[in-house]
Amino acid sequence: MKIAVNVHLKAGVLDPQGKAVLHALHTLGFKEVEDVRVGKQILLNINAKDKEEAIKKAEEMAKELLANPVIENYEIEVKE
Amino acid sequence: MRVGVVVFPGTNCDRDTKWAFERIGAKADFIWHNEKNLHKKYDLIVLPGGFSYGDYLRSGAIARFSPIMNAVKEYAKKGGFVLGICNGFQILLESHLLPGAMTRNENLHFISKFHHLKVINNNNKFLQKFNEGDIINIPIAHAEGNYKIDEETLKEMYDNEQILLQYCDENGHYLNPNGSIDAIAGICNKEKNVFGLMPHPERAMSDILGGSDGIKMLEGFIS
Repeated sequence: MKIAVNVHLKAGVLDPQGKAVLHALHTLGFKEVEDVRVGKQILLNINAKDKEEAIKKAEEMAKELLANPVIENYEIEVKE
Repeated sequence: MRVGVVVFPGTNCDRDTKWAFERIGAKADFIWHNEKNLHKKYDLIVLPGGFSYGDYLRSGAIARFSPIMNAVKEYAKKGGFVLGICNGFQILLESHLLPGAMTRNENLHFISKFHHLKVINNNNKFLQKFNEGDIINIPIAHAEGNYKIDEETLKEMYDNEQILLQYCDENGHYLNPNGSIDAIAGICNKEKNVFGLMPHPERAMSDILGGSDGIKMLEGFIS
């Protein structure tokens, strides 16, 4: 089961990378961009009997290690 | 006084740290991260600076799972003194031995320079040789020193005297190099036996190399 864990800084936490990318996009002329947040996607290939179990496992992994709950949010996405 | 300096793959301030403690009269050993136990009786365990596990995922996030960290946690739980410098501080945060988290410096740069710090609280072993309000000069060298903590915990930390050092200018006025909340540079836990700071006291041990304010910091653990 392929599962993606998407990790982003929480809304209240300043994302300096996002700001830098926003400035670069504005320099290129993409003036319509109002905000950029840079996160990371962690792709997992999980051996599980069904989708629910795979999601549950990915949740545990995200809480334990993949995201830092002090500063980051995560969402889990089933790829296939 | 015996100090254990933990070495992770990617640690690069281990030798400076060992030397610094020896310079003030302590005995110091390296402890490899794969060790499961502390084999000697230590007065202080130091997690030195560097880039443990290449800073993969988040700084300090992988080092937390090194075998030695279980022993360090046990040691801290029993009241043993632990000091995390720079990446060592990040490891203590990721290990939940200290509250909060680090993010990238606000200006995205790796900052490497001497920086002034103000002693906010000296009611602890680490800073006992200083007076509150003292301005000291210690090098910083980090890309992720932007300390974050929720408002509620931050207030508790002030109440419990856990906020120890703040970045400032040479006159003690607010100057924040990396965007840390309240320009925080160093903290401790509630029990005041686990300390973390981003600046490098082991690099401020000699006036001909720019400053010696680090000596008084490390000496706090000796007396």
